[in-house]
Amino acid sequence: MDSPVLSVEDLSLDFHLRTHILHAVRNVSFDLHRGRTLALVGESGSGKSVTARALLRIVDRPGRMAGGRILLRKDGVELDLAPLAADSKAVRAVRGAHIGLIFQEPMASLSPVHTIGSQIDEMLRLHAGLDKRAARTATIALLGQVEIPNPAEMADRYTFEFSGGMRQRAMIAMALACNPDVLIADEPTTALDVTTQAEILDLIKRLQVERGMAMLLITHDMGVVAEVADDVAVMRFGKIVEQGSVDDIFHAPRHPYTKRLLASTLKLEQAAEVRAGQGGEPGPILTMHNLTKVYGGASGFLGTSKFAVKAVDGVSLTLNAGENLGIVGESGSGKTTLGRLILRTVEPSSGQVLYRDRQGRDVDVTALSKSGLRKFHADVRLIFQDPFASLNPRMTIGQIIGDPLVVAGGHTARQIEEKVAELLGLVGLDPAVMERYPHAFSGGQRQRIGIARALALDPRVIIADEATSALDVSIRSQILDLLLDIQQRLDLSFIFISHDISVVRYFCDRVAVMHRGKVVEVGSAEKICTAPEADYTRALISAVPNPDPRHKRMLHRTRFNPDLQPSA
Amino acid sequence: MLNYILKRLVYMIPTLFGMSIISFAIIQLPPGDYLTSLMSTLADGGAPIDAATVERLRSQYGLDQPIWLQYGKWMAGILFRGDFGFSFEWNQPVAEVIWSRMGTTLALSFAALLFVWAVSLPIGIYSAVRRHSVGDYVFTFLGFIGLAVPNFIFALTLMYVSFRVFGQSVGGLYSPEYVDAPWSWAKLWDLMMHLWIPIIVIGTSGTAAMIRILRANLTDELSKPYVTTARAKGLPEYKVIVKYPVRIALNPFVSAIGWVLPELVSGVTITAIVLNLPTAGPLLLRALVAQDMYLAGSFILLLSVLTLVGMLVSDILLALLDPRIRYN
Repeated sequence: MDSPVLSVEDLSLDFHLRTHILHAVRNVSFDLHRGRTLALVGESGSGKSVTARALLRIVDRPGRMAGGRILLRKDGVELDLAPLAADSKAVRAVRGAHIGLIFQEPMASLSPVHTIGSQIDEMLRLHAGLDKRAARTATIALLGQVEIPNPAEMADRYTFEFSGGMRQRAMIAMALACNPDVLIADEPTTALDVTTQAEILDLIKRLQVERGMAMLLITHDMGVVAEVADDVAVMRFGKIVEQGSVDDIFHAPRHPYTKRLLASTLKLEQAAEVRAGQGGEPGPILTMHNLTKVYGGASGFLGTSKFAVKAVDGVSLTLNAGENLGIVGESGSGKTTLGRLILRTVEPSSGQVLYRDRQGRDVDVTALSKSGLRKFHADVRLIFQDPFASLNPRMTIGQIIGDPLVVAGGHTARQIEEKVAELLGLVGLDPAVMERYPHAFSGGQRQRIGIARALALDPRVIIADEATSALDVSIRSQILDLLLDIQQRLDLSFIFISHDISVVRYFCDRVAVMHRGKVVEVGSAEKICTAPEADYTRALISAVPNPDPRHKRMLHRTRFNPDLQPSA
Repeated sequence: MLNYILKRLVYMIPTLFGMSIISFAIIQLPPGDYLTSLMSTLADGGAPIDAATVERLRSQYGLDQPIWLQYGKWMAGILFRGDFGFSFEWNQPVAEVIWSRMGTTLALSFAALLFVWAVSLPIGIYSAVRRHSVGDYVFTFLGFIGLAVPNFIFALTLMYVSFRVFGQSVGGLYSPEYVDAPWSWAKLWDLMMHLWIPIIVIGTSGTAAMIRILRANLTDELSKPYVTTARAKGLPEYKVIVKYPVRIALNPFVSAIGWVLPELVSGVTITAIVLNLPTAGPLLLRALVAQDMYLAGSFILLLSVLTLVGMLVSDILLALLDPRIRYN
């Protein structure tokens, strides 16, 4: 192997906090080679992103370099970036020109008030010294290389006019504008749908091979690692605990943490054991008939008519008592809207939702009065996606969990407190945390609190909208197991809305696949995941990264082009 | 964009109509009319006028007619003849009284706005970028003093200083010898020497507020990923900050155009009285006290128009500044 383009030796970073010094990164060493990809893997807070940024000497306050060397080799000359001042000319000449950077959230990492083209031009003018016109020509060529259609026209557009995948392509074009030797990709596909993720990873891989770049890929997704990486470094608490070739890491992991990380990923590759043989009783508890929601279509001021968008288009589904029904789809498929229509927090345009209540009577939810709806909402509860945004930071945990009981009325303060304590026990938290505020809890703990709140009124159905998407893999499986455990103890049915197929496969008995507002396929979770029938489902499933480097699934995926399909 | 401006202009019509009704109605709310207040003023002065004269004046001014008719006549005059009515107190058409005042008011507002921008932009950026530095604390301290000190006290202080230190005549916009003099360089210089006090007094609290707003906005923007992207491009630090986050944090600056005018007229009346400034505020106050209803009504109406125009201008500028607004 030739000498590495970039070597990191004993890199340490400290965060000087008010009360103490946090050693965010400790003695991290790795090498990046031309044409190879090193994946830096770890869960949130492991220090992987800070490490990546430190290579460009971009460490936000209160972070500080505490030691180590960052050696960049270019034309036989070795440059150590570590002792240079972060804002020095030498460091700025390296940024962008020798090391390119791509981030997770392409919307937030591009300026919303400058055109895409001008943001890429800037890079070329700065490092390649091109004039305005030459820079724009080069920008258009770059946008073409990252497969953005009509690059000349798109260069004059703003970020919010791009889709998520297109934005990430533009970001890649920008990072590669000056032909860097090293590309740092910090969770480049985490915010994207699986099929878009597959396309973006393809693109990055292709460009990397064409240009012979070294890549540092930062991710928490072991599936992506197996599909893309050549070498892997596993980080935890600011240290690299294990480093090796991708095959060694996946098939002969040595460090217990690596083993655990792989186990929690692999666990989600199959159905949960407790669900085996359970499919709920045949009696339906919720039935949706032809549910439709149309947005827009009304005429605006001065007679300008807007396009009508069918967010949910004639969906008919049943949820049996005791069953877990998964709803999968990419962003914009209407899955979240469907969940809201069931709860009637969004009024359906047409269609019907029937709910079989505790007395066995069918209630037409779509025709319920306000007080009837309140009763229905006590039986059918929602768990939210974002455990940080869904808890009021000014309420104690006790107040948050007890809130539905207060709203429902008819409980004394003492009864509420006892119930909250019981619920906290149920979700595996110490009842003593009741007095504390949400900021004191981690993401996983917050989601437990959210679950406890959903359980407060002894519901019968829980709609979980991306309930585990914001969590790390190991926490994700814990939360899923908790939900399954609670389901065993209480008589519950779940509608589980997710874009993550592996989570749905683990948790659900039946799965409905949604695409552009319609349900394209319903079937048992196992069947959807192994032998899907609809073309769309097949494309979706095959785009899911496989956490096994010996069987890369994504590269041989089926592609789905809705425009080539016969219209329904 | 053109469509948007047209739409906004069309929306302004009902708003103005509503404002004219409300302003007229509010002026009529206190019991009595101009003549009752005139009578009591004259009676206090020891020269009461007889009831017959009052009745004659009342029918002459049309004050005995029902309110809606008075309003209708007033509006018809404005719309068809550009006639805003007659000021009882000044014994002049309202338009003449107003225009001379409105000019100085506008000029002063604009100068104060420029002062606010010029001072708060660099300080705001400095405070946000060097957060919790000594400089930031000094500016924050001064800023809060600026917010907390009542304008009229500040005005009195500055007048005292300018009198003691510079030996200037205080109050007004000109020294006595220039008030009626034709325009000359000397008169302009005299105006400049007088203008700085009202501009600073009027601008200070706005500046302080703007620094705080810019500091808070920019602090949020500075930690956004696109700033890191700009840095990762290899741009020099000042360019990173000025081109990206400052551009986005600038919105409140532009919005300020919308509120600075009504603020100047209604908010700094006391300052204007203390400094003896020929602006609209003191005149409006007197018109209201004297129940000089056409003058007061026209003033309020004109201010509403200016406020709406200010809002429109700031919205158009916002749209030019921020494509996200433009495209929605």
